[in-house]
Amino acid sequence: MPVAASAIYFLNLRGDVLINRTYRDDVGGNMVDAFRTHIMQTKELGNCPVRQIGGCSFVYMRISNVYIVIVVSSNANVACGFKFVVEAVALFKSYFGGAFDEDAIRNNFVLIYELLDEIMDFGYPQNLSPEILKLYITQEGVRSPFSSKPKDKPVPNATLQVTGAVGWRREGLAYKKNEVFLDIVESVNLLMSSKGNVLRCDVTGKVLMKCFLSGMPDLKLGLNDKIGLEKESEMKSRPAKSGKTIELDDVTFHQCVNLTRFNSEKTVSFVPPDGEFELMKYRITEGVNLPFRVLPTIKELGRTRMEVNVKVKSVFGAKMFALGVVVKIPVPKQTAKTNFQVTTGRAKYNPSIDCLVWKIRKFPGQTESTLSAEIELISTMGEKKSWTRPPIQMEFQVPMFTASGLRVRFLKVWEKSGYNTVEWVRYITKAGSYEIRC
Amino acid sequence: MSGHDSKYFSTTKKGEIPELKEELNSQYKDKRKDAVKKVIAAMTVGKDVSSLFTDVVNCMQTENLELKKLVYLYLINYAKSQPDLAILAVNTFVKDSQDPNPLIRALAVRTMGCIRVDKITEYLCDPLQKCLKDDDPYVRKTAAICVAKLFDINAELVEDRGFLEALKDLISDNNPMVVANAVAALAEIQENSTSPIFEINSTTLTKLLTALNECTEWGQVFILDALSRYKAADPREAENIVERVTPRLQHANCAVVLSAVKMILQQMELITSTDVIRNLCKKMAPPLVTLLSAEPEIQYVALRNINLIVQKRPTILAHEIKVFFCKYNDPIYVKMEKLEIMIKLASDRNIDQVLLEFKEYATEVDVDFVRKAVRAIGRCAIKLERAAERCISVLLELIKIKVNYVVQEAIIVIKDIFRRYPNTYESIIATLCESLDTLDEPEAKASMIWIIGEYAERIDNADELLESFLESFPEEPAQVQLQLLTATVKLFLKKPTEGPQEMIQIVLNNATVETDNPDLRDRAYIYWRLLSTDPEAAKDVVLAEKPVITDDSNQLDPSLLDELLANISTLSSVYHKPPEAFVTRLKTTVQKTEDEDFAEGSETGYSSGNPVDSAASPPATTGNIHPAGRQPAPAPAVPAPVPDLLGDLMGLDNAAIVPVDEPTAPSGPPLPVVVNGQGLQISAQLTRRDGQVFYSMLFENNSQVVLDGFMIQFNKNTFGLAAAGPLQIPPLHPGTSARTMLPMVLFQNMSVGPPSSALQVAVKNNQQPVLYFTDKIILHALFGEDGRMERGTFLETWRSLPDSNEVQKEFPGITITSVESTIELLAAFNMFFIAKRKNGSQDVIYLSAKVPRDVPFLIELTAMVGQPGLKCAVKTPSPEIAPFFFEAVELLFKA
Repeated sequence: MPVAASAIYFLNLRGDVLINRTYRDDVGGNMVDAFRTHIMQTKELGNCPVRQIGGCSFVYMRISNVYIVIVVSSNANVACGFKFVVEAVALFKSYFGGAFDEDAIRNNFVLIYELLDEIMDFGYPQNLSPEILKLYITQEGVRSPFSSKPKDKPVPNATLQVTGAVGWRREGLAYKKNEVFLDIVESVNLLMSSKGNVLRCDVTGKVLMKCFLSGMPDLKLGLNDKIGLEKESEMKSRPAKSGKTIELDDVTFHQCVNLTRFNSEKTVSFVPPDGEFELMKYRITEGVNLPFRVLPTIKELGRTRMEVNVKVKSVFGAKMFALGVVVKIPVPKQTAKTNFQVTTGRAKYNPSIDCLVWKIRKFPGQTESTLSAEIELISTMGEKKSWTRPPIQMEFQVPMFTASGLRVRFLKVWEKSGYNTVEWVRYITKAGSYEIRC
Repeated sequence: MSGHDSKYFSTTKKGEIPELKEELNSQYKDKRKDAVKKVIAAMTVGKDVSSLFTDVVNCMQTENLELKKLVYLYLINYAKSQPDLAILAVNTFVKDSQDPNPLIRALAVRTMGCIRVDKITEYLCDPLQKCLKDDDPYVRKTAAICVAKLFDINAELVEDRGFLEALKDLISDNNPMVVANAVAALAEIQENSTSPIFEINSTTLTKLLTALNECTEWGQVFILDALSRYKAADPREAENIVERVTPRLQHANCAVVLSAVKMILQQMELITSTDVIRNLCKKMAPPLVTLLSAEPEIQYVALRNINLIVQKRPTILAHEIKVFFCKYNDPIYVKMEKLEIMIKLASDRNIDQVLLEFKEYATEVDVDFVRKAVRAIGRCAIKLERAAERCISVLLELIKIKVNYVVQEAIIVIKDIFRRYPNTYESIIATLCESLDTLDEPEAKASMIWIIGEYAERIDNADELLESFLESFPEEPAQVQLQLLTATVKLFLKKPTEGPQEMIQIVLNNATVETDNPDLRDRAYIYWRLLSTDPEAAKDVVLAEKPVITDDSNQLDPSLLDELLANISTLSSVYHKPPEAFVTRLKTTVQKTEDEDFAEGSETGYSSGNPVDSAASPPATTGNIHPAGRQPAPAPAVPAPVPDLLGDLMGLDNAAIVPVDEPTAPSGPPLPVVVNGQGLQISAQLTRRDGQVFYSMLFENNSQVVLDGFMIQFNKNTFGLAAAGPLQIPPLHPGTSARTMLPMVLFQNMSVGPPSSALQVAVKNNQQPVLYFTDKIILHALFGEDGRMERGTFLETWRSLPDSNEVQKEFPGITITSVESTIELLAAFNMFFIAKRKNGSQDVIYLSAKVPRDVPFLIELTAMVGQPGLKCAVKTPSPEIAPFFFEAVELLFKA
């Protein structure tokens, strides 16, 4: 059964109800008490996000300082439920302009009630596109576009657009200058053993798009991925151009992309929503260029002293540079005194996360930097339990670099009025979970 | 831009409700609107604003859509409590359903469907009929869902008024969203109906597959879920369907992907071409892996589903084991699931890498995760013969770290490895013996003792090792005692020398005369007789070759697996239980009684949601929701001799032999549920019968496996309550239950420290990990039958105790209806009437009782008959237990 929820609760960290909406009669009004006593107060909150208590199931997630709890009593579609929550939060954020937290909920509760009524009916998710909903659920709410008073300018066919085949774009948009911004954002996930072997490495990338286009344009995106290129050369019956091609492990698309066409022709064609959205996500595991190598050596000298030496090498092009590099080197809880030298940047001991935090604002390509530290520990009585050595974690951003080697080959825009568009493309690679065991 | 609605939550000093009432009736529109917002704010924080019903409804006639929506929201919440007033709203609803604005038409129908008041439902039919044929698709899509709402309220009405036909027509609607909602509504109606309403034939199939391309992401989920029930006629049709569905795997919405996977897996059953199957497996892997980069909660759902998928089709993810490696910051629930899948995917090819990971995990912080990682190494050893040696060497390395719980866990799994590969790895026993002194968990101890007994002939000092345990024999848990007994017998049979002979006498004496555990006693007697009549036969029996074990833990039964796979992406696939095992709620009439239970907020509310207990309620209208696991247990099947891991005699281990002194069928009043874990639900309460304290327990097995070998253990507690005998529960088949009265003794294991009414209990069985829970000691179960006092003694005792020994408590919520019935009630629980007197309009009753070890309890109850409020004062030499008494009073009077 694709029902996603019988009721939905927004609770603060103390368990107070901020807002709730019951969609079905099959859950009692005070089931949320059961959630409070059996989940929130038992410290089992972090144990499992799907729990059954009594005859009800609780499906919950925490977003900033709010718990969003779905209550169901039937065999509901959990994936649908979680995804609904994620999308609903994105929708609320788009309405409030940024933050989603306890205060934002209190400040917009009327709007949220209104949206909750609209985006889910009897537990079935309906249209959640901010673009369309904003047509007739207005933030001010004072004027309804359908108010029968003549002075209000009605949006002519909002209802058709909500239910239409292009349920994410409204008609009649007009821009003086037609522009498209493409951002290729890649996150590198790495798990490296202490000996420098790559245990797991992949890149999850996103193509973010910001569209300011008039009318109902048809877009087509071309990347340097192997299958797409092969298919293209096959269709044009000419050999593929040489050059670097990459193999995408998997791609997922925004609902605007025609999946059937992608499946048969391997082209990404779509009518984009207006404004900002995530066009596609992809994952690559083969041929990843790691931007940084980290070589740690940690020596435990007796029970009260440690020597830490971490060398970080940048392996991207010499003309490029990384920004906001942070290396978090874990140290034992009983650290008393730290003493360190760095070749670049600044380092600090942060006792609240038991880490040496080493920050380098700008890190040019093909260079290396080291941190060496001496750590004195408080000798503790007994307790032979050795330190578990959490991994070193790293954060960074490398503009104009893609770890996967992905490139945008073209972005074509067709619109019946035939206007010219300006396209902008940016690349950036960030650290996902970049962990080096030590 | 952000709103400023929080001001509506602030309250004024003046009486809130009257003030709101005034504002709601204000002549100014803005003021009225603000007032409605305040009402909704009050409703949100849980204040009862139902008394404003008429005033709020008066605001319904408005041009302002936002205000109208708020009023409708109010109506949805309170119409049920004010059914007579709700009728006031009907006119506006009917009028709104004809409004020129489609948003208002849809809003009216949507809201009316949410108001479950019969009188309103009657008026819903005509507008709904019109809206189903409305020109505007937005109205039609709302009306489609409304039919499902109406069916939930009144199924007959839907059938009589021809709504089903209208709904079926909408499947051919030209708007994809209308189609999707109609499909969702029909699928739900079908699920709750026994007659065929929504049957998918090849024409509908084609239509829906076409709609799939055009509708919203959620609509795709509705359609895919509905279509997954479709059975293709032949392999070719199945291939065609799959071809149309595979593009959905690329969708960004995880629900679409999982529903598509579900549908493809269903159709794959029919497809015969191995090429097609291989190709599909290849296509499904990447999207499944991609789900693991979603939010952790979604990852969890994905992992639980992947667990099922790899059991059915291991090839899909055979090469992807790396993606299941745990990240340091993964939430624990994600880590645990990843570990489980890693074990399933481990093969000779990747075992080295997997072992390195497990070893890494075994040094992490979270104890449960570490234990599971150690156990995982053992399970891999049992699963992969060629890797067993490598697994063992990793385990030995871990033992060397000397972290206590790692060592114990390692010993438990090594015992299993010895069982799986007998006479292969005994060289490591010496290393294991080094850790002997550090073992403090029963399971680890029992495992170690089993190893010593099994290999007694190769361990030079086996007798010394066992002897060291014998001293503490009487204090050991039953599990360890049983192993010690068996191990000593093995030792004696292998080395019939003087030392072991002495030992066996000590053990047999301890296990027959000194113990009150019948399992232990029975086993000891069998050994005794075997040894005394025919030592050779004893050898044949005790040292017989044991059957080989396999790792099938967490493997699901194939038919259950198929059922779960048909439910991919739903709760069923997350719990790994068929839907009927947890969808226990019956709709309509039964519902009401449950709500009332919850309203009292009592703990017992949950168990009375049990449909068997409310069997007196009218039969439910819904047809196919079976309250499985709630039916009275069928006659217990003959307990199958389960091959025991520890290789004990004839399955005599634990409680496999069922004594018949207690009825196994549920009877008696419902017990409060104390714990529910891994499908085993236990309800329990202390009771007193014939001067003896019992722990009345009800076990319900909602899991998929037969549970047997139940054992119980009580932690130290204030009254030293402990089981007087072993827990006697027959093997519980899935969906059955068993009731028992466990006799209890007092002052066996007293806890020190401040008194507490907590009774910590641990229950285990052969299939599941130990289940811990905390129950309350109810004092009146402990009151002795000898608590009656003479009047004079009472007065004397009262006077002799200092005033500091008197404790009082008021119960404003308790009402005494008559003095006689109160005395009668309390007498049933061994609180004996001494005297009563009148104090003005109040009645004062004096009673006496006695807690074990002869502590007198003098009780004074003061109350006005018929008026709420009860004052209770007790005087006793041990005033520290008075709070338990008050808890007991509360329980007795509330019941």
